[in-house]
Amino acid sequence: MKFLCISCDTVMDFVERQIPGDGTLAAVFECGSCNKEVAMLTNPMETQLVSSMGVKIGGREVPAQPMELSRTSMEGGKAEVFEVPESGLPEHQGHPLSVTWTPEAVGRLDNVPSFVRGMVKRIYTDWAQQNGISEMNPVIMDRARTELGLEGM
Amino acid sequence: MRKIRTYQDVSHSTESELLEQVIEQQERLADRLSPIKCLVAIASGKGGVGKSAITANLAVGLASRGFKVGAADADLNGPSLGRMLNVSGATLGDSADGVAPAKSPTGVSVMSMELLQSEADAPLQWREPSLGGFIWQSSLETGVLREFLGDVAWGDLDVLLIDIPPGTDKIKRLLELLPSLDLMLLVTTPSETTRFVVAKSIRLAQEARIENIGLVENMESHVCPSCGHVSKLFGTEANEEELPYGTVSLWGSIPFDPRLGASTDEGRPLISTDPTAAVSIALQALVERVSEHINGGAQ
Repeated sequence: MKFLCISCDTVMDFVERQIPGDGTLAAVFECGSCNKEVAMLTNPMETQLVSSMGVKIGGREVPAQPMELSRTSMEGGKAEVFEVPESGLPEHQGHPLSVTWTPEAVGRLDNVPSFVRGMVKRIYTDWAQQNGISEMNPVIMDRARTELGLEGM
Repeated sequence: MRKIRTYQDVSHSTESELLEQVIEQQERLADRLSPIKCLVAIASGKGGVGKSAITANLAVGLASRGFKVGAADADLNGPSLGRMLNVSGATLGDSADGVAPAKSPTGVSVMSMELLQSEADAPLQWREPSLGGFIWQSSLETGVLREFLGDVAWGDLDVLLIDIPPGTDKIKRLLELLPSLDLMLLVTTPSETTRFVVAKSIRLAQEARIENIGLVENMESHVCPSCGHVSKLFGTEANEEELPYGTVSLWGSIPFDPRLGASTDEGRPLISTDPTAAVSIALQALVERVSEHINGGAQ
């Protein structure tokens, strides 16, 4: 999928993606020559068509998680099927920065369905590590959620 | 009419990165499957021929011979391998590297949609939108199947058995997904209708250039449990040269025994619970043939 600015004959660049939560999606593209912006608006069916491929328009802020499509698309997933690590800390995979979760952040994580909890925890922790943040608290979670576009997580 | 450049004319990336993400998915799948020595698909095209029961017994038979065996249930809408391999209710380890498969009492690594569903009798359903499912459902289910194969930490298995649901389209979908396939076992019965459908599956596999295709004729006869008399279950016996299977060789002939279905449905594959039954002996012959294939022996 590419957007071409006909006036400038220039391929437009992806700028941002917004997911309002009603199943629709807005993706903004800008012409690098004339700075004109266009928004691609998709209805829920079109949004689903793209997301059913397991891809994100505009690219991924975080790497794809194991069985992400299954976990986020299934209705009626079994709550306790995925074993979440006891420590509240996911594996750090050798990253030098360890992220501590405050009790409030862990409490908020407990509100996430366990079907996706381990995956969500990894996403937040990876984001914190990449941003040099050593403590995860609700404020940081809000910031990460906004930056990563993790509505509902 | 003005000339607008086509997609192919434009080399510049939009950073939309959809294609790149799809390629990355394929690479992840290939990386996951690369340590597995042998990928085997069990299919038919026709339903109700005993694919899953044969898959479960084959898995247990191979595991009992010391092979590291995995079984992936590609039937998302009618999963049965979880129950047949006695892993219903199992939890799955969750790490950044992948989801750990369930382990059956017989040592088989299993992944099935049944493990993910909260209610055993609930049909598989997807979240929004409620309309237009016919447009996106196939692509979503293919994506989930890709995750079953590529996001499950199978490890360095000797063999991964993939149980494919009915429908030649399902076979085609799997073949397009997999980077390669070592063996396709097509389960047939002596029914004329089944032969007709299996012939289509053979053609599909041959057109996809699958080098090793084997037929497994299930319910080829019935052995009377009282007197041992062998009779045919179907009245459509055909001469070998009349069968629509071409040069595809027969890898197994499995007699009908009601205990095969009953025992396997209970999570106790007959091959392990009654190894002296005629059907178990026939299944062991199939296990032997597949073992040789895994070890690189006779094709």
